[in-house]
Amino acid sequence: MAVSVDEAVSTSPVQDHTPPARRFGLRGRSVLEVALLAVLAVVMLFPVLWMIETSIKENRDVYAIPAKFFGFTVTLDHFKDVFVASGGGRSTLSVAFLNSVVVAGVSTALATVLGVPAAWAYSRFAVKAKKDQLFFILSTRFMPPVVVVIPIFLMYRQVGLIDSKLGLILIYAAFNVPFTIWMMKGFVDEVPAEYEDAAMLDGYTRLQAFRRFTLPLLLPGIAATAVFALIFSWNEFVFAIFLTSSDSVRTAPPAIAGLIGGTTVDWGLVAASSVVFALPVLVFAYLVRKHLVAGVTLGAVRR
Amino acid sequence: MSDSASLTTDHPGQAASTTPPARGRSRRLSDRWLAVVFISPALLLLLAMSVFPLLWALYLSFTDYSATRGGPANFVWFENYTAILASAQVHLRALTTLIYVIGAVALQTVLGFTIAYLISRRTHGRGLLTTLFLVPMMLSPVVVGLFWRFMLDAQFGVINSMLGSLGLGQVEWLTRQQTALFSLIVVDTWQWTPFIMLIALAGLTAVPKYLYEAASIDRASEWFRFRTITLPLVWPLLLIAVLFRAIEAFRLFDLVYILTSGGPGVSTETLSFHVYKVAFLGFNTGTASAYGILMVLVVIVLTQLYLRYLNKLKED
Repeated sequence: MAVSVDEAVSTSPVQDHTPPARRFGLRGRSVLEVALLAVLAVVMLFPVLWMIETSIKENRDVYAIPAKFFGFTVTLDHFKDVFVASGGGRSTLSVAFLNSVVVAGVSTALATVLGVPAAWAYSRFAVKAKKDQLFFILSTRFMPPVVVVIPIFLMYRQVGLIDSKLGLILIYAAFNVPFTIWMMKGFVDEVPAEYEDAAMLDGYTRLQAFRRFTLPLLLPGIAATAVFALIFSWNEFVFAIFLTSSDSVRTAPPAIAGLIGGTTVDWGLVAASSVVFALPVLVFAYLVRKHLVAGVTLGAVRR
Repeated sequence: MSDSASLTTDHPGQAASTTPPARGRSRRLSDRWLAVVFISPALLLLLAMSVFPLLWALYLSFTDYSATRGGPANFVWFENYTAILASAQVHLRALTTLIYVIGAVALQTVLGFTIAYLISRRTHGRGLLTTLFLVPMMLSPVVVGLFWRFMLDAQFGVINSMLGSLGLGQVEWLTRQQTALFSLIVVDTWQWTPFIMLIALAGLTAVPKYLYEAASIDRASEWFRFRTITLPLVWPLLLIAVLFRAIEAFRLFDLVYILTSGGPGVSTETLSFHVYKVAFLGFNTGTASAYGILMVLVVIVLTQLYLRYLNKLKED
């Protein structure tokens, strides 16, 4: 992008060291932009780095005043505490992590199994009031969780799903289905319908054509969509805290939040469990970085 | 609908495709039937887990039902609604929520767009920079809330420690009325600036290069180019992102719960948090349902706006 030199000098706020030479104005502005980006990047990343640092500090360094940025003793005790209870055996946190894996995994599988065929049908067939149906589906995803959880709580109390993994799995699947349908519809739209038509001319039924020709082409899209659904379920907190209470059912977010309930807070442990909790999300998010725009807008915006 | 399924085999014109199906084959599953079979399970789950609960809440909102007291629910009709709409407490929460939503979304938009603009002007390291900036957005609000609570701690928080070494005074970020809401806005901004950045970046990179080249041949000033080329082309997409964030900020609960629990006093109590207190601490289920339904109405209006712009964007 060519920037005309005159403007670059006049708009560049760098004044002190800039020699009057005009060529330097362009460079100066560029340097300023890089510096600004660097500062912003540090501000955005500092809390994450601080969290990682706290998780490997000894307790007396965690509470040191002034804060110790360097030169602390590295320890992995906090990470050990995440998984191993103080008396040996499995800690409640590790049980919670396991519950999170089960709940997020099963609910994602359910949402995928229900959502992918629906997305295909919405993409291929002339469904009555298709647009209205799709918009209705997306708008269920926008309902405030605190409001939805009130009747869900009463409903679950009636049918005995309170404090059960199945209850969480169902509600997570329900909020991931709209996302899966919208996200997958984009992927299905990209696969030409002619493939199926050609297969049907060869004598396959439409269902066979979908299974044998379209589905294999959709697999990368299904994987990306499932990863996002997995992240959403994994991070979910509101339903988890209101619908579950016992340690054997609770998922990781309420369990980690529960660490700050007492009079003293072991921030080292909080940091370590946060790191353990966030690491898989970051890895998964990196894997689907190409679809991030579609993913975070619930499949609504595609570029 | 399934009754008519067997009849529709004669009319495969229902299918979106224009190619006629092969003749002489008995097609057991017509397209119409297939569509119903594929779509209805997903819709049934949504009906059971989203629509039915909301209808139940609607019913409860006209009663004086309490989840702990039990007993039959008595119809009070619009009493809950009038009580909520007339309540000064609710007005205060609405104001808090408004300040929070506008403050956070405005900050995120300005910051996010600035970062996106700066990144889009780089030629090297764009991918790495984008990835780094996106980290906060992928974290759970629980992790974000806990961590900022630790960093903003008045005694051993790192923010105050840094202020101290700069020779500035200590600030009670989360425990003073004046600063708590501001802290909440800052934390939300930290987490969601990357969201706006990501979408703005998608918009910025989609602006055709030749427009800028044409403008620079005309010796158009940079501000002029920004105002007449960049902004109009990125704006529709940015608006989608802003509306999306506004809906999310309006229904936010977890960050408030972790960071301040609505305190000190009620200075950070948003509408979401107040509904929770009425429902789960006061157990006035009827009132809470009416409250919730009113919130749902606001969300529906915002969602309609969002979907309308989305539709417009897709048609262009």
